[in-house]
Amino acid sequence: MSQKRRLTAVDILLLLGAILPIVAIIVLQILTKPASEGISLSGAYIYFTVDMPLQPLYITEAQINSWAVIITVTCLCLFLTRGMKVDKPSARQHLAEWIVEKTEGLVKDNMDPFFSNYGPFICAILGLSAFSSLLSLFGLFPPTSDLNVVGGWAVLVFILITYYKFKCGPWGYAKSFAQPVALLTPINIISEVATPISMAFRHYGNVLSGTVISVLVASGLGGLSAIVLGWLPGVLGDIPFLRIGIPAILSIYFDVFSGCLQAFIFAMLTMMYVSGAFPAEDYAARRAKIEAKKQNKLGGN
Amino acid sequence: MELAIGIILGCCALGAGLAMIAGIGPGIGEGNAVASACEAIGRQPEAKGSVTSTMLMGCAIAETTGLYALVIAILLIFVAPNLLVNILVSTIGG
Repeated sequence: MSQKRRLTAVDILLLLGAILPIVAIIVLQILTKPASEGISLSGAYIYFTVDMPLQPLYITEAQINSWAVIITVTCLCLFLTRGMKVDKPSARQHLAEWIVEKTEGLVKDNMDPFFSNYGPFICAILGLSAFSSLLSLFGLFPPTSDLNVVGGWAVLVFILITYYKFKCGPWGYAKSFAQPVALLTPINIISEVATPISMAFRHYGNVLSGTVISVLVASGLGGLSAIVLGWLPGVLGDIPFLRIGIPAILSIYFDVFSGCLQAFIFAMLTMMYVSGAFPAEDYAARRAKIEAKKQNKLGGN
Repeated sequence: MELAIGIILGCCALGAGLAMIAGIGPGIGEGNAVASACEAIGRQPEAKGSVTSTMLMGCAIAETTGLYALVIAILLIFVAPNLLVNILVSTIGG
């Protein structure tokens, strides 16, 4: 009756597919990245450059790491959704159903009913952002602390916003800038452009500030332990004992809590901006008008 | 030449420090938001979930100005000195 479910070969392959990219980038980092003296703060390390007509294309740590995260998340999704059953669902099926239900609920609460199929997109943003930020737990460069990565996501959201503003035709799009009075048009245009910039800077700044503070605290603790515990004889005096454990408390806040919170906020703002850009009433009125015209045409014939 | 480079580096550091004064604003704003949220939860404990998520959302948006200041400070520390010293060297021809 209660036979234990075994992991099949495909399951193990998918789990390996989720773990191996992370191991691969750790190995890549150890092999290629020059060791820095002590603790230092630097941007994304450039692995190699590809010559392009306009400008060389830099393949950086941020890109490699985000591709690894994409592969990991994809393999995890495939692993969670394998072997689903209507009766007697397994633990991983419960987990997958919980994730889907939560995102669907989030989309239902915060977006117009028109966007009821937005769950997968929002879940993808959440998962990618959260896993990218959590990469710093392995001592890797989190792709979200590179402005280019989050800038790309923000541009994607901006394109979506503009697309849904165009749903009422170009004239409706132009008119939306003159709300509530025509005098405010320049300010509306500025705030339209500021949306992706502030979204990108918010995510990037939060993750980067966590890194900066962690590095400052770690180097400060190193100096402090040299002063306080420097009298210990021999090698013992050189080991920065105060650096053990204390930065981990900061890491819980900055890496785990702040990373997940920023993912949630980015997804939330995406939902709000995209849903807010869609003029639901105007769209419905326009739809009704077009329908009526069609009916008239049919009746005339 | 050394004096000019010294002035550039010092002013960049001073500017970064001054830029972070902008941290006062988000601090006060987020404090107000959290105080109001605590009050609301005290009055209506059953609405704790939605109040907390709205508060976190508002805090994140209030934080934006502080983060702009952080970005300016980071640019002043890591990008500006190099750039300005290069400009100085290319104009004076050091």
